[in-house]
Amino acid sequence: MNNALDIARATLLDAPGLSEQSLSQVMDQLLSRQIDAADIYFQYGRLESWVLDDGIIKEGSHSIEQGAGLRAVSGEKTGFAYTDDLMLPQLLEAAGAARAIAEAGQNRRRAISARTDIPRLYAPINPLESLTEQDKLDLMRRLDAEARAADPRVQQVIVSLAAAHDTVLVIDDRGELAGDVRPLVRLNVHVIVEQNGRREQGSAGGGARRGLDFFLDQERGLGYAREAVRQALVNLEAIDAPAGMLPVVLGPGWPGVLLHEAVGHGLEGDFNRKGTSAFAGRIGEQVASPLCTVVDDGSLPERRGSLNIDDEGTPTGETVLIENGILKGYLQDKMNARLMGMAPTGNGRRESYAHLPMPRMTNTYMRPGEHDPQEIIASVDRGLYAVNFGGGQVDITSGKFVFSASEAYLIENGKITAPVKGATLIGSGPEVMTRVSMVGNDLALDPGVGTCGKEGQSVPVGVGQPTLKIDELTVGGTAA
Amino acid sequence: MIQYDIETLERIVADLLAEAKRQGATQAEAGVHAQEGLDVTVRLGETESVEHSNDHGLGVTVYFDHRKGSANTTDLRPEAIRETVAAACSIARHTSEDPAAGLADPELMAREISDLDLDHPWEIDPTEAANIARRCEEAARAHDPRICNSEGATVHSGRGLFVYGNTHGFVGGYPSTRHSISCAILAEQDGDMQRDYWYTNSRVPEKLKAPESVGEEAARRAVARLNPRKIDTTECPVLFKAEVAAGLMYALFNALRGPALYRRASFLLDMLGEPIFPDWVRISENPHIPQGLGSAPFDNEGVATLTRDIVSQGVLRGYILDSYSARKLGTQTTGNAGGVRNPRIDSSGETFEQLITRMGRGLLVTELMGQGSNTVTGDYSRGAAGFWIEDGRIAYPVAEITVAGNLRQMFDGLLAVGCDNDIPGAVDTGSWLIDRMTVAGN
Repeated sequence: MNNALDIARATLLDAPGLSEQSLSQVMDQLLSRQIDAADIYFQYGRLESWVLDDGIIKEGSHSIEQGAGLRAVSGEKTGFAYTDDLMLPQLLEAAGAARAIAEAGQNRRRAISARTDIPRLYAPINPLESLTEQDKLDLMRRLDAEARAADPRVQQVIVSLAAAHDTVLVIDDRGELAGDVRPLVRLNVHVIVEQNGRREQGSAGGGARRGLDFFLDQERGLGYAREAVRQALVNLEAIDAPAGMLPVVLGPGWPGVLLHEAVGHGLEGDFNRKGTSAFAGRIGEQVASPLCTVVDDGSLPERRGSLNIDDEGTPTGETVLIENGILKGYLQDKMNARLMGMAPTGNGRRESYAHLPMPRMTNTYMRPGEHDPQEIIASVDRGLYAVNFGGGQVDITSGKFVFSASEAYLIENGKITAPVKGATLIGSGPEVMTRVSMVGNDLALDPGVGTCGKEGQSVPVGVGQPTLKIDELTVGGTAA
Repeated sequence: MIQYDIETLERIVADLLAEAKRQGATQAEAGVHAQEGLDVTVRLGETESVEHSNDHGLGVTVYFDHRKGSANTTDLRPEAIRETVAAACSIARHTSEDPAAGLADPELMAREISDLDLDHPWEIDPTEAANIARRCEEAARAHDPRICNSEGATVHSGRGLFVYGNTHGFVGGYPSTRHSISCAILAEQDGDMQRDYWYTNSRVPEKLKAPESVGEEAARRAVARLNPRKIDTTECPVLFKAEVAAGLMYALFNALRGPALYRRASFLLDMLGEPIFPDWVRISENPHIPQGLGSAPFDNEGVATLTRDIVSQGVLRGYILDSYSARKLGTQTTGNAGGVRNPRIDSSGETFEQLITRMGRGLLVTELMGQGSNTVTGDYSRGAAGFWIEDGRIAYPVAEITVAGNLRQMFDGLLAVGCDNDIPGAVDTGSWLIDRMTVAGN
């Protein structure tokens, strides 16, 4: 079987012995006259992870997560229940609990049909089996050796490797069935270096919806080890970061976390339907400089944030959020799209069957501009050049957002000079985007490391951007 | 809806351990949990969502001499027990020999498992929960005409059972409950919109604060934030309000945890017995508080938890270790597998108002954003919002600023801890007054 839907049916329906008739029976239990929409989300996930620490393979773990989430929607009201047992009696019980938001009504008949317009952005493989155990551990050991050989100041190396294999099946109240098999791999190298009693850290990694062989291609994994050491050594030389408003040049790729925080979350449909976002009601308005075109695209092949279908069965695609500075659209799941009279955009996502779906980002990036990155740096007299970041956070309502630089340099007289310590940058989303004054021609996507949290649910995402310049942003260092 | 009781979970743990032995493990430990919960959210007076949760899972760790493997699953059926143990054993065939790996020493196992009074189910149906949430949200919306919108109020009730056992013959488990009422509300004035929230939580439904008081506090906080200014970059004293000061406690604990120490990746290396705070500071953990949100009679390895001082007279008295990191460091576990339970910092006696007066001029921080706390170096830089204090009084709200410093110096420069420790959550702290930090703004 190499069709995702067939695999999903076999794993989630045939294995526990659920027929189409029993699916229909559970859907009947979930529906009533007052229910506008309903769906059942079946999931079987396996995760394997390994940790190399102190030169040895210290830990390994294997986990299995399976269950079904049942949802009934009536207007703005949602009933939700889930079960870890994929057995008919448990599914019926959960359906009864989810439906309790509305009175019982009559059953409808429906034919179960398969959605056929689903793209194939990644192969329905099991990444846990993409390398032998020995090859997985050898890969980790090679990275450990590479990092230690890179510099004698390397004191500690921690390598973590994870492979996840998620099989999902969604059926909605019209009987439409969609399935997906989602491989996801992740490799990370973390190093501690020491020089004259000063200790610093560096971290690098990547991932994709591929097999673990992704890390063998072009020595990608070894590259992470070298990169982690390089960052840690840069930090050994870092001086105190400046404090105050400065021009900030962001490097390409992962610094795109800016877009995720400054505009992405604020454009999720739920916040805009409820009017709680700083961007609510502003479609058609200028919310960024005309140099900015920002899109969310869940259909990039093999990317960490990509999905063939979202967790409601809607195929993913490209959604233009901001075009030449004008706010164009929101990210929608089915419920918020229906309530706002818009079309779903394939952004209905959930952490697992035990969580309700909501509008979430996939891969969010800014389209390239015309400037040579060197030209952008040369245009700054005194400022900050930030190339690597930890996480970020945003207050949707006020629009204030932060993101924390983990590798940054001073720009003095148009030249990159001393590295500075990690510092938090803070700004207001709608304002900061209007201060983007130069956009580079060097669009890059991040290496596949992002995880986004919203209302306690984590999902893998991607970001990207070209080098760009923000005329003024508050830099949270200590050197006033 | 829980089909499980403690005896059933104990039997599953016993089966897991027996199966691990049968598959050749020299040592094994296993945990099983089952929990159920209800979350009801009301928004703008209408029920928005009713969520029923019902989880269970089991996990097993096997040791083949000093090689370790772990596996877990959400499936509690007998065939899953066999498969999960087999998965853990398969992992252990590939991990390395690690002399520090293994169960905690048998003599450290908790002998008496005291009843900490953690189980107080709330017999509440979705309609009753919605009524409580509605009262909470109504109080918030009625509090001030500037309240313009709502993210809703949520009532949560949950009860869980868990059992842990290992091949030393230790087995222990108990039920526990956790309930909460929370509210997130928006205020608007002159085109500025601000959101804030508040909550109450407890193991005992009767001990939750009145829903109206939670709604009013959320509203008070949202309104107070309206029309903030951005201040000029400066150095000044900073007062961390109790609910954000709890985060500074965790920044301390992260630097005292075993992995940070044996990897020599902590800014508090080799500080045992040394002063790290002014001499009036005492920080303790109190795992045996009846009905405590963080209470536990034994840790995640079956080791008896300890009431102890982590810092007293400003001096670091102990690390935060499990048995693995203890062996790596050549010492004994402190019963902290799974973390620090009910941490507390003693107040230096001042009320919140007295702290503001004492500070005179500086920044009161009521919200922190982002990560920006580096355990290796102690460097600290976070986004913040709060209030500017002038002449010992709150002058105006501020936002879009950062506070930065180094945790070593911040701990050194701790001037006072307030007695305003009536905050929700497991951390017992009042507000922290720190002598000097860099505040970045304009």
